[in-house]
Amino acid sequence: MSKKIRNNPLGISMDRRMFLKSAAAGIAAASALPVSAADAFDINAFLQKHFREMTEDEIKKVIGRLEKEASLEWKKDVRISAAKATPGVKFGYGLDLSRCIGCRKCVYACVSENNQSRNPQVHWISVLKFKKGEKWIDLENSEKYYNPKEVPEKDSFYMPVQCQQCEDSPCVKACPTQATWKEPDGIVVIDYNWCIGCRYCMAACPYGARRFNWSKPNVPANELNTETHYLGNRPRYKGVVEKCTFCIQRTRAGKYPACVEVCPVGARKFGNLLDPKSEIRYLIENKRVFRLKEDLNTNPKFYYFFAT
Amino acid sequence: MKVLFAAIGNVVKGDAKYYAWLAFLSALVVAGLGAYLQQLDKGLITTAMRDQVSWGFYIANFTFLVGVAAAAVLLVIPAYLYNFKPIKEIVLFGEMLAITAVTMCILFIMVDLGQPLMVWHLLPVIGKMNFPASILAWDVIVLNGYLAINALLVIYALYRLSMGKEYKLALVFPLILLSIPWAISIHTVTAFLYNGLSSRPFWNASILAPRFLASAFCSGPALMLIILQLIRRFSKIEIDQKAISKIAELVAYTIGINLFLLGAEVFKEFYSGSIHKAPLEYLYFGLHGNSRLVPWTWMALLFNLTAFVIFLIPKTRENTLTLNIGALLIIVGVYIEKGMGLVVPGFIPDTLGEIYEYWPTMQEVIITVGIWAFGALFYTLMVRFALPIYTGGLIGAGKQRS
Repeated sequence: MSKKIRNNPLGISMDRRMFLKSAAAGIAAASALPVSAADAFDINAFLQKHFREMTEDEIKKVIGRLEKEASLEWKKDVRISAAKATPGVKFGYGLDLSRCIGCRKCVYACVSENNQSRNPQVHWISVLKFKKGEKWIDLENSEKYYNPKEVPEKDSFYMPVQCQQCEDSPCVKACPTQATWKEPDGIVVIDYNWCIGCRYCMAACPYGARRFNWSKPNVPANELNTETHYLGNRPRYKGVVEKCTFCIQRTRAGKYPACVEVCPVGARKFGNLLDPKSEIRYLIENKRVFRLKEDLNTNPKFYYFFAT
Repeated sequence: MKVLFAAIGNVVKGDAKYYAWLAFLSALVVAGLGAYLQQLDKGLITTAMRDQVSWGFYIANFTFLVGVAAAAVLLVIPAYLYNFKPIKEIVLFGEMLAITAVTMCILFIMVDLGQPLMVWHLLPVIGKMNFPASILAWDVIVLNGYLAINALLVIYALYRLSMGKEYKLALVFPLILLSIPWAISIHTVTAFLYNGLSSRPFWNASILAPRFLASAFCSGPALMLIILQLIRRFSKIEIDQKAISKIAELVAYTIGINLFLLGAEVFKEFYSGSIHKAPLEYLYFGLHGNSRLVPWTWMALLFNLTAFVIFLIPKTRENTLTLNIGALLIIVGVYIEKGMGLVVPGFIPDTLGEIYEYWPTMQEVIITVGIWAFGALFYTLMVRFALPIYTGGLIGAGKQRS
């Protein structure tokens, strides 16, 4: 199963012969460096402040620059919102394991909503397949790359995993530059312009939720979602980390996350944990709920439950 | 000033062998630079790292080298605290090794970053350092602090020597005292970097920091043993055999401790047999048919055991040939154990149980070799600069001229 992802999708490899080539390239590139670097180097981008340290005006300016850059690159208008959290809202997620059929519609809805790279493929949701009747949540024997003609398969059940939006997030603690933090509505976000790509957060995350842009993310212009949020689905860069944000661009505008909307069996629930009448509160109080890796005290806001 | 220029002159002048050595290292550095520029252009996709195993060969080398930086402190303790003369005379070379190792550490971190230009974000004041929450922030502080302390000590010692004077111990003594716990701290903090992650059971074991220190105090001094003999061969400096024996004796103790701690770890994981033994199982026996690191792990164990025997028996410890074999074995053994053997199993299986077997690409290897060559070059030039000052050869010349 691990072989599939080991394929290098861009076919970039280096054999022994490359050694001499790279030595030659080293000399050539070193001499050409000032020229090519000047083309790519943008002093405004380089000096851009941390998102939470910018004034409203500065945010506006930065977003103006980013929108212009993105529009130039994809040849269409890209809007980047900086909508703030609504007071009195803390988002929570529920996933009904008794309903999930493992169709991965959520995975691909997420990819197109959130502008993940298509090649190499970046998925924010991993759906794990387990054999019925064996050890419960035996992650080591779960299968991520299942590919049957039809789902659900007999004798299997499925568990999608994405960012659990922990209240006590190990990733936030780990980040050496405070490029990732928890917003007042509980969403853990990343400032893609502040991330240095050290990937310490990925080592710290117990849920395998964080993704790194190993190469420049590749999103075809006709598939680009142009309604974006600064802390969410705006186009990302090579060398930075990204992850599920509960579709911050949608949920802060009063919509459901894309994965909730697309789920054909209604296994995905979403709502305000602070609202006693919300659906998420109802299911937490009335269903058999559990959270993943509870022993780590990360306090996720992502609840798995059994409705039937 | 004259001494400074003369010393610089000594860096540039040399025989054909010296030039060949410099040219060889420079070629490797340039190759590494070329490979790095390609990596910058295409992204870290040129490495074998992926989301499942998000750190690899670079961080493995970084971890090993933090350990090497320990060598200095092990020499400093007997030299200054107990005024053990033979070692005091060579402490300078240990400190220079620490400077080199920390510089290489910083380079290995730099090549691992996805956005190396943005590295200023983790500086205090001008950036937004996540201190004290992030252990990586601590590591930035202790490593740079260690670099500064050793650089100051070396510069001061050379300055005094160039004036033809013994260095005033009273002036640097507080700094020397500070350098001892500081050296311990760079290892401890680097261990805590891994140790603090509850997501990775392999690292999240209390034995990690003690093992880090034990293994660092094996490989660092062993490397020092070899470097000292090389300096003795290629220069006029007399390095007392007593100093060599003393270091070798220390290595015998530290290998023993390291092996004991390894045994404790192996016992706990395999006897209790919880699912958290998977990474260790991967290392020693392979997991679900994936066994890329298994031969290396056993090789490291065999090397460490052999080195232990060599260093333990006085006869083999004092014989130059067997001593050098032992030193090489322990360096390679610890390099495997504290490098790839520590970093990769932390990610295998990954947090969702997936096994992705990591093995560095040629690109990663070339960049790594380039950084090692840079380290060797840097150290060679530093030693070359310091030697004439140290032996006092230049002072006489300077006096004659004036």
